[in-house]
Amino acid sequence: MGMQAYSGPGWIVTKLEQLINWGRKRSPWPLPYGTACCGIEMMAALASGYDMARFGAERPSFSPRQADVLIEAGTITKKMVPVLRRIYDQMAEPKWVIAMGACACTGGVFRTYSTLQGIDLVIPVDVYVPGCPPRPEGLIYALLKIIEKIEKDHPIYQKAKSFQLSQGVSIS
Amino acid sequence: MNLKERVKKCLGSDLVALNEFRGDIVAEVEKNRVVHCLKALKEDPELKMEFLSDVFGVDNKALLEKPKKKAKKGEEEQAEEEPKGPKPPRFEVNYLLLSLESNERIMVKVRVPEEDLQVPTVTGIWKSATWPERETYDMFGIRFNGHPDLRRLLMWDGFPDYPLRKDYPLEGRGEERRLIYED
Repeated sequence: MGMQAYSGPGWIVTKLEQLINWGRKRSPWPLPYGTACCGIEMMAALASGYDMARFGAERPSFSPRQADVLIEAGTITKKMVPVLRRIYDQMAEPKWVIAMGACACTGGVFRTYSTLQGIDLVIPVDVYVPGCPPRPEGLIYALLKIIEKIEKDHPIYQKAKSFQLSQGVSIS
Repeated sequence: MNLKERVKKCLGSDLVALNEFRGDIVAEVEKNRVVHCLKALKEDPELKMEFLSDVFGVDNKALLEKPKKKAKKGEEEQAEEEPKGPKPPRFEVNYLLLSLESNERIMVKVRVPEEDLQVPTVTGIWKSATWPERETYDMFGIRFNGHPDLRRLLMWDGFPDYPLRKDYPLEGRGEERRLIYED
């Protein structure tokens, strides 16, 4: 009986995960990191016209410690890299990243010595939004994709699994 | 008296060359006399060039090498026509001046050879020259003697090269900056 309880996510774990995901997906607080013109579109998406708060992004958190979703909107120069990395490190788990715009995704038109060719060289990215700049609808769609990702997450089971693997014990 | 004559009168023997191109006046002066000349232009009652719009560098490397490329294409006559005198210095530093009273502008040019990349600073005359001079140092490696705080302005401090030089590739040489946490 004991072994059965530990093989795979059981009823209690899945229900608890559903509860956690339900809470998380309804409050993905964004950290606005607008470094260029994409920042203007991000502001439009956050403001009342498009109203990203409808999807739970209620409070743009200007402290990385209280944010869940880093919206990286704009060009990142190589000089800026340590700042971006430090802000990402300061965010508490769980955290997600949206790379908004061509510059954040790939460096965009700035194929030069001074520009980082995509923020995924420095931090992991969950959703890429193409466009130069993308419309607010694009950013809202990216947030919905983040919400979908949160829904499919297994926060407890994955943590238990990685813990057990680190201890050298296998679970089926 | 028009602007060209006034500039000629003000600078006198310090003037190396005075050119006009489509109404813009370029006064070339000797490198070591630049502080004296700019001060004279600022304080001259007939000119009153009180405002320093910008200081920037120019790399003429591509310009100097252009005639050679044409010669390679097979026109031997042009190769013979190459100027036989000493090559003009590779770098320039340009100062854009504006007179707030008469709304007249002039450009003061200083040529800087590659072997001796040093220019006296004009921060003693205009404090606003601090950042443009830092930028020129950052982009071309031209040092400004007497500058109060000559650090890089746009690139980070450990950057090894001078990116606006013509022999620096546009996409860089793979310089990266990383976050290092102190132990």
